[in-house]
Amino acid sequence: MKYIDEYRDGRLAKDIALQITAAANPAHSYHFMEFCGGHTHAISRYGLEDLLPSNVRMIHGPGCPVCVLPIGRIDAAIALAMRPEITLCTYGDLMRVPGSNGSSLLKAKAAGGDIRMVYSTLDALRIAEAEPDREVVFFAIGFETTTPPTALALRFAIDKGLRNFSIFCNHVLTPAAIQNILESPDVRKLGTVKIDGFIGPAHVSTVIGTEPYEFFAEEFQKPVVVAGFEPLDVIQAILMLVRQVNDGRHEVENQYIRAVTAFGNEKAQAEVANFFELRESFEWRGLGEVPYGALRLRPQYAIYDAEKRFGMVTPAAKDNPACECGAILRGVKKPADCKLFGTVCTPDTPMGSCMVSSEGACAAHWTYGRFREHAKAREAGRAVA
Amino acid sequence: MNVMMKTYRRKLDLKNGRVDLSHGAGGRAMGQLIEGIFHRAFDNEWLRAGNDQSAFTVPGGRMVMTTDGYVVSPLFFPGGNIGSLAVHGTINDIAMAGARPLYLSASFIIEEGFPLADLDRIAETMGAASREAGVPIITGDTKVVERGKADGVFISTAGVGMVPAGLDLRANAARPGDAVIVSGSIGDHGVAVMSKRENLEFDTDIVSDSAALHGLVAAMVEGGGQHIRLMRDPTRGGIAATLNEIANQSHIGFRIDEDAIPIKPEVAAACEFLGLDPLNVANEGKLVAVVAPEGKDRVFAAMRAHSLGGEAALIGHVVEDDNCFVQMATSFGGGRIVDWLSGEQLPRIC
Ligand code: SF4
Repeated sequence: MKYIDEYRDGRLAKDIALQITAAANPAHSYHFMEFCGGHTHAISRYGLEDLLPSNVRMIHGPGCPVCVLPIGRIDAAIALAMRPEITLCTYGDLMRVPGSNGSSLLKAKAAGGDIRMVYSTLDALRIAEAEPDREVVFFAIGFETTTPPTALALRFAIDKGLRNFSIFCNHVLTPAAIQNILESPDVRKLGTVKIDGFIGPAHVSTVIGTEPYEFFAEEFQKPVVVAGFEPLDVIQAILMLVRQVNDGRHEVENQYIRAVTAFGNEKAQAEVANFFELRESFEWRGLGEVPYGALRLRPQYAIYDAEKRFGMVTPAAKDNPACECGAILRGVKKPADCKLFGTVCTPDTPMGSCMVSSEGACAAHWTYGRFREHAKAREAGRAVA
Repeated sequence: MNVMMKTYRRKLDLKNGRVDLSHGAGGRAMGQLIEGIFHRAFDNEWLRAGNDQSAFTVPGGRMVMTTDGYVVSPLFFPGGNIGSLAVHGTINDIAMAGARPLYLSASFIIEEGFPLADLDRIAETMGAASREAGVPIITGDTKVVERGKADGVFISTAGVGMVPAGLDLRANAARPGDAVIVSGSIGDHGVAVMSKRENLEFDTDIVSDSAALHGLVAAMVEGGGQHIRLMRDPTRGGIAATLNEIANQSHIGFRIDEDAIPIKPEVAAACEFLGLDPLNVANEGKLVAVVAPEGKDRVFAAMRAHSLGGEAALIGHVVEDDNCFVQMATSFGGGRIVDWLSGEQLPRIC
């Protein structure tokens, strides 16, 4: 554990927190968005907020691949899984994601759908090999990090001549989503939140490198610091962002040099490019249609594309209208601002996307941080009394 | 346990035989299975009497009874198997009332096709566990179901015990100011089992902490019983679930200190790798005790002096809180709450 402990050293963290407090100009407030659910999770789990001065606020972004998957895609997967010839392989997180009318893959499984939880694409391949009479579909989701393993699975399937294996592709792209947060029709509707900089995703960047954020930092004049998922990584990235804002800089900096390079893993990128192409538009739960925000299989691999192979349709489906995910994912509102938070919507009964995975903003706040509101309310109550 | 037909006895083929539906049909095969496996493994005077139940004399006083089903997968894991678990788990449920466990029962639901050798191994381990704990299995039941209707073997055990005079532990007894003590490192059992799950196998030296805790409890009661408010064994759901349960039942909150919670480095590393929180991971040989402040040192010392409590740690205290939150000061210097887990504990994907 030595390697891990170094990144969780409370004393070092306090030291960096003091540097942040010293660097942050009391006349300003600083708003930073951590895009990635991994960071949201780290911030909540280690209580990082308590270490920051009150004028430095973290906004939890949309970076959880489970959370941003629209209801229609879940409904489509359920419909597919209920077909008798199909075995649907999925990551465990997806099982509880609510589809329309209270449905979920978990309920579809209990109703007789052959849905199997896997831990990797290779598990799905193994099932396809072992059961040649079944049509095995892998429910592929995730950001740039999880796309190369899907590409690898396709490579294996081709090499082994597997004819009963296909992919339901829901891979999404980070830079497009960050762009959408700052610039989309919804932003005008929901109002904008001031964002002074971004913490860039760690694992995604090990694949794509820091380079794809350069355009973005330049175009929107916002600093980006790519950071690891350990709490010390995050707090150090915050210090780097504060310094950039103070200096009026908007650069892409790399806090995560132990794993991330400027150009990433070019071999993985090439393999992804071989199999996948951009979708002109793809719905993100909470964000709406994001142009060029997702991938699909190239036409020459259509037989491995479950959508084509089984004529899947993505039904139009709407989130609960009271759910404020859209505003929360953009940082315009906080989880506790939503009327459903903690009443009808909890991790056991998620209504919206942010409550589904432990990395969603609402779930992280519910699971680790909700005591803060109560503490504030109590303080206020005392002050009034 | 219904033992029948001692004639025409053919020896069970423990090496290659398999459980089939006849082993649950109440006929000779069933008697053979019970005799050849369970009686041999649990051997004691009550079972030898061969009744469907066992009678015993109860010394005067308060008695406790509990029952629990065991459906662990995989059945065999480092440090034990479903059999030892079924014995320890039920003994511990009794012990958490401060009681001395006296007798156990065991009920088996076996899937057709289950290898006799595995059943024998499970029963042997169970017998050994009950002998070591000094708590005999004095009655039981066997059912066999068709292939596919069970997952190998399910075991239910029930147990009875006597509460020492003057002791009355209750779930709603925690009071602000009370100390919270765990008896040792957490998460060992859950990680040991997960390390052997299909698709998840990873190398670790961690073995399950599965153990009978009544000896430790007796030492605690002796050391400062009047100061113990309540005890719980943090099995499924880990210490997170246990503390939340107590908080709700006693209508109080907890303040605990992450740095004070004993966790083995290998367990922490495995949890890290699987994306799990050790506070949610199951234990089978640990207890959490809430102790009045004036008695905490005595109870703590008694725990430390016992072999199963050598690594006992004071992890926090009870506070007033209408929300019943379990709050934790993180090792990183911030604060958070420790909540029940939602759904099943699953590894993260990204
Ligand atoms: S609390 Fe639930 S309903 Fe409200 S925004 Fe969050 S996920 Fe949506």
